[in-house]
Amino acid sequence: MKINDVILRTVTRIVVFIILTFGVYLFLSGHNTPGGGFIGGLVLASAIVLLYLSNDIEKVQKSLPLDFKLVAASGVLLATGTGLGSLLFGVPFMSQTFAYFDLPVFGKTELTTVTIFEAGVALAVVGVVVTIILSISEDE
Amino acid sequence: MMNNIIVLPLIIPIMVGVILVFLRPYVKTQRVISLVTMLGMVGISLYILNKIQTDGILRLDFGGWEPPFGILFVADSFAMLFVLIANIVTAICLIYAFSSIGESHEKMFFYPFVLFLIAGVNGSFLTGDLFNLFVCFEVMLLASYVLITLGGKKAQLRESIKYVVINILSSWFFLVALAYLYGTLGTLNMAHLSERVAEAGQGPLLTTISILFLIVFSLKAGLLLFFWLPGSYSVPPTAIAALFGALLTKVGIYALFRTFTLIFYHEPSITHTLIGIMAGVTLVVGSIGAIAYQDVRLISSYNVVIAVGFILVGLAVATQTSFEGSIYYVMHDMIAKAMLFLIAGTMIALTGKTKIDEMSGLIRNYPLFGWMVFVVTCSLAGIPPLSGFVGKLLVGEAAIESGSYVLLALAFISSIVVLYSLLRIFLNSIFGETIISPEDEVPLKKGMIVPIILLAIGTVFLGLGAEFISGYVSDAARTLSNPSVYIEAVLGGN
Amino acid sequence: METLIILLIGILVAVATYLILSRNIIRVILGTAVLSHAVHLLILTLGGLKTGNVPLLTEADAPYTDALPQALILTAIVISFAVTAFILVLAYRAYQDNGTDDLDALRGTNDE
Repeated sequence: MKINDVILRTVTRIVVFIILTFGVYLFLSGHNTPGGGFIGGLVLASAIVLLYLSNDIEKVQKSLPLDFKLVAASGVLLATGTGLGSLLFGVPFMSQTFAYFDLPVFGKTELTTVTIFEAGVALAVVGVVVTIILSISEDE
Repeated sequence: MMNNIIVLPLIIPIMVGVILVFLRPYVKTQRVISLVTMLGMVGISLYILNKIQTDGILRLDFGGWEPPFGILFVADSFAMLFVLIANIVTAICLIYAFSSIGESHEKMFFYPFVLFLIAGVNGSFLTGDLFNLFVCFEVMLLASYVLITLGGKKAQLRESIKYVVINILSSWFFLVALAYLYGTLGTLNMAHLSERVAEAGQGPLLTTISILFLIVFSLKAGLLLFFWLPGSYSVPPTAIAALFGALLTKVGIYALFRTFTLIFYHEPSITHTLIGIMAGVTLVVGSIGAIAYQDVRLISSYNVVIAVGFILVGLAVATQTSFEGSIYYVMHDMIAKAMLFLIAGTMIALTGKTKIDEMSGLIRNYPLFGWMVFVVTCSLAGIPPLSGFVGKLLVGEAAIESGSYVLLALAFISSIVVLYSLLRIFLNSIFGETIISPEDEVPLKKGMIVPIILLAIGTVFLGLGAEFISGYVSDAARTLSNPSVYIEAVLGGN
Repeated sequence: METLIILLIGILVAVATYLILSRNIIRVILGTAVLSHAVHLLILTLGGLKTGNVPLLTEADAPYTDALPQALILTAIVISFAVTAFILVLAYRAYQDNGTDDLDALRGTNDE
């Protein structure tokens, strides 16, 4: 069955970037305002799923050669790793810390270890969602 | 207080499991790493258990958020005994899996999911927060969903749908109960809950909520609500079935003991009577099931059910002696049930048949294996000096002291049924004329018999060395019968 | 407001119960999804529906809402998301292998 999806493809090309940017924004605003790794990850995953929908799977896999199971695994590793990292500093498991830095472009910025944890969550969510979608769609 | 070590039983299996995902093609490496990890966990559990004896109950506040505000892990002797035995049994089941599970399973992330399963189990034992208990339950359940479907045979897929749906429903009830509890008491920290229930008095509303928890945990433990259990425990590969039979119901049992000794212990005439009735019915129905079926795996599954009933008799009686008996019995049961399931699976692997009257005379072909069946039969029936004896003795003693004669009678009739159902396996399949000619004899792999022997050593040790572990057990029972010890350890010193 | 939400939860649970009791597996899965939404609402309602500030971020003494129910719900959503995703894949595989999505046909025994 061949459907004429020229509109979908054209729109996707633009929209994917908007979604990706929005996903990153949600992810970065996570620890003080609404947002966070889980939601950001879901939005990022939805962009990737949209790519899979509008192009075929082989084509996307050629330009995005990632095993999403491993993406999920590295996400979990990163998230638990930050928790375990606090053991090295002799503070209770999962302790987080933050500090302010003067960065060249952004000026005074708050950097916190929560972001690393959230990055792990986001990676895990992206990996899991895309893996599930692919495992349903692949065998046809 | 800083006790980061008690988070290790949760976090190490998760991290190692994730690393094993990256090592997918290297089966041998996965085997070595997972076994070494489990042995390490056994060592860590032993260390924590001994540290508790000298330092008292340990607690770890995640992220430094002090109770009752943050999530915390609490390690007392009761929890750590569960953790210790669970890790030993998992290590032994892994050894069995090496030679039986098959490379296709091993490449489909078998080892990572076993490690996630044990992480969830350990987390459930150690957590001091009811919502965190829910999360750890779910980690364990998700891993078990994957393990039960691994391989994707028709029967597996069919049974696993039922297993998953029933567990989703019981998780839903868990959340409902949590919501009501939070709405009523405004906290989910177990020690804090206990304090607030004691202050406010356990009125009808709280008792109703407690019964909701009873339903949830009974579904997980297979107490009365066990209709899903025999089907789903008899379809997965042997090593996985043994893990399930040994560990999963025990998590529900642990949760029942924790909630009904720490939080809802004020209305025993309602809640504990109900538990007693449920335990009694479970014993009767489980016994009927154990006698009725011919399939060795189904017989083993119904034996799991009977054991759940027996252990919960100890909770229903609710004295320090009965708690001690139940703890002994849980430890024994984890080891003996794993052994029973491994034996059932090995019998099926050797003969290709599942029904006991289709097999005969296995002891002539495999003498050592035959005697192992005899050991597990004696152990589960509670014949001294094997491990089942001490637990049965203590629970019986406590039941007599408190005058629960009906439960006492049911518990001991069920022991006879256990003996009968296992002797039936023994006489039908192990004794008698052999039907396997020497040419057709499938060699019994070393990797299959060694774990069974290890478990047999475990049950003998637990029986003969009861004196050796009695210090730990009585400390655990003391904490259960005096909630103030636990509360003081969690909320004291703030 | 609480009463209205409780009524809504009741309706959701009724719908979910109807769906779960049907024989079609996809309906059962949809039922469990609706059920999880109902319980999330229940947690939110029983935690108390109040308007107020974000807790702990500013030191103004304006009333703030209890953040815990929301944290609980977020966790529960993540879990129910994972479980629903899993059971969808499982149902699809079971449909392919057993050739039916009717739960009556899936009853079966192990003696075949």
